[in-house]
Amino acid sequence: MKFVDEFRDPKLGKQLLQGIARLAAEIDRPLKLMEVCGGHTHAIFRFGLEALMPDNVDLVHGPGCPVCVLPVGRVDDAVAIAEHPNVVFATYGDAMRVPGSKKSLLGAKAEGCDIRTVYSPVDALAIAQAEPDKEVVFFGLGFETTTPSTALTVKQAAALGVTNFSVFSNHITIVPTLKALLDSAGENIDGFVGPGHVSMVIGLQPYEFVTRDYRKPIVVSGFEPLDVLQAIHMVLTQIAAGEAKVENQYTRVVREGGNPMALQALLEVFELRSYFEWRGLGTINHSGLQLREPYAAFDAEKRFAVPQLSVADPKACQCGEVLKGALKPWECKVFGTACTPETPIGSCMVSSEGACAAYYNYGRLSVLKSKPEAKAATRPAPRPSDEQPEAAE
Amino acid sequence: MCLGVPGRIVEIADAEKKLGLVEIAGVRRLTNLACVAADADAVRASLGGWVLVHVGFAMSRIDEEEAQRTLGLLQEMGEVMELQEQLAAGDEARRGAGVAGGGLAAPPPMMGMPDGGE
Ligand code: SF4
Repeated sequence: MKFVDEFRDPKLGKQLLQGIARLAAEIDRPLKLMEVCGGHTHAIFRFGLEALMPDNVDLVHGPGCPVCVLPVGRVDDAVAIAEHPNVVFATYGDAMRVPGSKKSLLGAKAEGCDIRTVYSPVDALAIAQAEPDKEVVFFGLGFETTTPSTALTVKQAAALGVTNFSVFSNHITIVPTLKALLDSAGENIDGFVGPGHVSMVIGLQPYEFVTRDYRKPIVVSGFEPLDVLQAIHMVLTQIAAGEAKVENQYTRVVREGGNPMALQALLEVFELRSYFEWRGLGTINHSGLQLREPYAAFDAEKRFAVPQLSVADPKACQCGEVLKGALKPWECKVFGTACTPETPIGSCMVSSEGACAAYYNYGRLSVLKSKPEAKAATRPAPRPSDEQPEAAE
Repeated sequence: MCLGVPGRIVEIADAEKKLGLVEIAGVRRLTNLACVAADADAVRASLGGWVLVHVGFAMSRIDEEEAQRTLGLLQEMGEVMELQEQLAAGDEARRGAGVAGGGLAAPPPMMGMPDGGE
């Protein structure tokens, strides 16, 4: 496949890995690089890149998988909407198994709710048009990558005068999330592999604060193995040179200014909520999106009574620590025993973009666990001013 | 759902509605082009171009020249590295020759190899 195969060339990959090894040796201290985006987590595991990293380079998997950060309370709300008689609840397949406090959407479907998986929000709109006596609710999920699609679908529904369609918006936005992460766990992270497909919409400028306020390099990356390796190489090059810049590895898709048409649609339909709850991370101010007033008729939260309760994560669940990169998935006590992709306790085990599911499915645990740094790196990089011995070890 | 895929616009289905058929790995899918084409003319002009598709919407045009440039850079980097390796191998050989006569030479400075420890 064009634009895919060329970026999987093993020879070029090997050369990049040699370059990475050389830079890592030159920097000569434990390094933690975080990929923010679930798509990168998926690629890293699918191609086994983590096991190929030098011993002092540890890849940590951030909170960029929208399904993984969906809190229990929002799943309960989704189930409550789906349980309304006459509702067709349309969702991306990834969200089906995310556990709520009593059941997942899959569980609700088994009990008779009309829940259908769709590939696109326009499929949900098509159901609404085909079945005018039903109320169709689309489960809006995702960062800026998918939000414009939901926005354009809402605009289309408005233009067509469709009245039995609405969106249960759980769309989230990347910048406040990165900021919250840097404030709570930033000390542990030496640099970022930046989200490629969020950036094709928002551009590069929004990441300036990462370099300016936190002095961390961030390189926006594509999703093929060569992309990810090149981005890691670029981050290490910056670290070796003592620099912190926003760079773009994914130039074939990401433009400096993002996609103005997509941004315009997003901003026309959506506005920031004052706060939004994330699984494992608590509430993050201005991180969630809701429909603007002119589109209120398409807001499922205004149309249906939703409980909107904040529900604590299950006790055994350590997803928050995993999402912050403070804990490796296999260090969670229920990993692979009580928590598996079939019977997930936490949401990181649900989506193929979640860190726990990636470790579980693509395994190679023996290799990773034997890496000396895999354990050692859960400690922060040694700094003269650090005194705290971390609880995780 | 977050995994985008590259595809080629092979047919314009409805320029006014900004809909086209995009072929992804041999399968044609009706795709919304509103984020990559501002008006009906731009939609018509986009025929044959490559786009990145997410949940039924083309979200970005793929720039073939940039793709080539990235690959070119990687290629070049590989060549430079090969050259460096050859040079390093040459150094090694010369040093080896020196050492053979003089017993244990001090390890060269600055060659802190990754030893796996911290
Ligand atoms: S193993 Fe399960 S409970 Fe533990 S962090 Fe991963 S998803 Fe959460």
